[in-house]
Amino acid sequence: MTALIEAAGLTRVLPAAVPVTLVQDISLTIGEGEFVAITGPSGSGKSSLLYLLGLLDRPTAGLLRISGRDTEGLGEREKARLRLETLGFVFQFHFLLPEFTVQENVEIPMRRLGRLPPGAMRERSTQLLEALGLAGHLDKRPDQLSGGQRQRVAVARALANDPPLVLADEPTGSLDSKNSEQVFAILDALVRERGKTVIAVTHDLEMAALTSRRIHLVDGRVTQDETLPGG
Amino acid sequence: MRLILDLALTHILGRGRQTLVAVLGVALGVGFSIAMAALMQGGEDDFVARLVDTMPHVAITDERRAARRQPAQDQFASVQIAGLRPKDDRRGILNPTQATALLRAWVPGRMASSLKTQGVVRYAGRDVGIGIIGIEPQAEMRVSSIARDFRQGSFTSLIAGGNNIVVGDRLAQRLGAELGTTVTVVSSTGQTRAFKIVGLFHTGTTARDEGEGYVLLKNAQILSERPNAINEIRLKLDDPASAPQVARRAEALIGYKAVAWQEANESLLEALVIRNVIMYTVVGAILLVAGFGIFNIISTITHEKARDIAILKSLGFTETDMRRLFLLEGLVLGAGGSLIGWAVGFGLCFTLSLVRFELSGASVVQEITRLPLAWSIWHYLIAAGFALASAGIAGYLPARQAARLNPVEIIRGAT
Repeated sequence: MTALIEAAGLTRVLPAAVPVTLVQDISLTIGEGEFVAITGPSGSGKSSLLYLLGLLDRPTAGLLRISGRDTEGLGEREKARLRLETLGFVFQFHFLLPEFTVQENVEIPMRRLGRLPPGAMRERSTQLLEALGLAGHLDKRPDQLSGGQRQRVAVARALANDPPLVLADEPTGSLDSKNSEQVFAILDALVRERGKTVIAVTHDLEMAALTSRRIHLVDGRVTQDETLPGG
Repeated sequence: MRLILDLALTHILGRGRQTLVAVLGVALGVGFSIAMAALMQGGEDDFVARLVDTMPHVAITDERRAARRQPAQDQFASVQIAGLRPKDDRRGILNPTQATALLRAWVPGRMASSLKTQGVVRYAGRDVGIGIIGIEPQAEMRVSSIARDFRQGSFTSLIAGGNNIVVGDRLAQRLGAELGTTVTVVSSTGQTRAFKIVGLFHTGTTARDEGEGYVLLKNAQILSERPNAINEIRLKLDDPASAPQVARRAEALIGYKAVAWQEANESLLEALVIRNVIMYTVVGAILLVAGFGIFNIISTITHEKARDIAILKSLGFTETDMRRLFLLEGLVLGAGGSLIGWAVGFGLCFTLSLVRFELSGASVVQEITRLPLAWSIWHYLIAAGFALASAGIAGYLPARQAARLNPVEIIRGAT
């Protein structure tokens, strides 16, 4: 198992009159094929950690390697490239572009990367969406879909460029239990069937129980990090 | 990049009404600028055309630019002359036949020689001082604009010979004379002749309508007691713009002062330059205001689309992409506005060209004039160029801010 993410002493402090520490001195290694749940009470810094790992935010101190690459010296452009190629984000809200169809939304990251010819993009996005049970919704706009469907489109978009790592920030936070289970099952399948690494922030302990590894945060520090055998 | 263009167009088209307002703002700016430029340029062209039309393009008179050199000055490097009393030259252009022949050989255009002298017209106890101009009617008709301004009779009435005179209508009015009246002309040399009025002209310039009389060259020479003399050669060139060169060459050739119309009206032409500066300032201001409309809509879009910006950045779009996106939106609005503006400008110009004014001059007769309008592709290109530039700037400023947006803040804000 090779390390996809290596963090050492990650700290993020918001500069203010009274500095706010979001995460403090977090060191962890996450390997390929892991399904990690980051749990903790609200305000514990779960999401902040995820944003740091996803290169959306810059740590005030500490080291972060993604796929063995040190991210400290990377410029904005290189980070964007890294996000495009190796990371897929799923947020609590679907965050789809409302003016574009489902299929177009999924194709946007592909078009930005520009590695596939247009025909192949179409084919791949169709495949992804059909695999997530969205056949027949390809030409709809996000607001014509249900919440669960939208979130599945968001997952499809995160997978658009076939990244090894999927970061999910409360992916089921705005869904009912049935849809939550479905989305979590999809994430689980990603790990089991496609060998992806999924890091999901969640406050839902039932969901967290389905993962292979749980990292519990309190006040920006890791208080518990357990890997379930065969989880 | 197609993707960025797609995103830009989606943003713009997604805001129908605001987009329409911004585009119309630019369109009106461009349209009015074009119409204004056409009017100003048209006015200038019309003014210059009238100037060029009424004036000879080059006037060669019997003056010299510098005092005549003394023979001794030609002979020696340094000469001091004291108590010199200049020779009483015979006035007029010396050896006119040779002078005109010299010019005729190369001047690209028409020419007419004339003799101008002063005199008094006397009729029914009234005396009016006028300039008496002796002309050769056929040549004069091709050079002077008066030929077109005849109310009654024409220069051709002079050709037949005899003691005939053509005067301005206001002069005739002042004298109480009319076509066919015989008036007495007294020249400055004291010669008195009776002339019959065979033509009345109205140029619109009071000084000329009141103070000029045209007679045959021969008659003028008799009145001024200068047989065979002429004191002015006027040229009408095929290309009025070449007047300065022609004037310089003519002056070098025959030695007399040759004045091009540009030289004669230098201050007027300078005033036109100032007018142009004012025009372009106003046009620029109009387009700048239109630019603010664009700035406004793109600012709004960047605010409303902050979430989209955050999403796109989290997906792996760079700051440059975001800047390009909103810059492009500005340019698309500017380009759309310019295109509609061209149509608006063309429509305005066309409408203005149909407007007719009835100008009641000092004279009884009313003149009907159309607005002078200039059609130039440059007006369209400059207006569009300026609109695009201001649209670019108006798009760039919010674009820069949008690009700097930190996606984490937006995503947090949404949760």
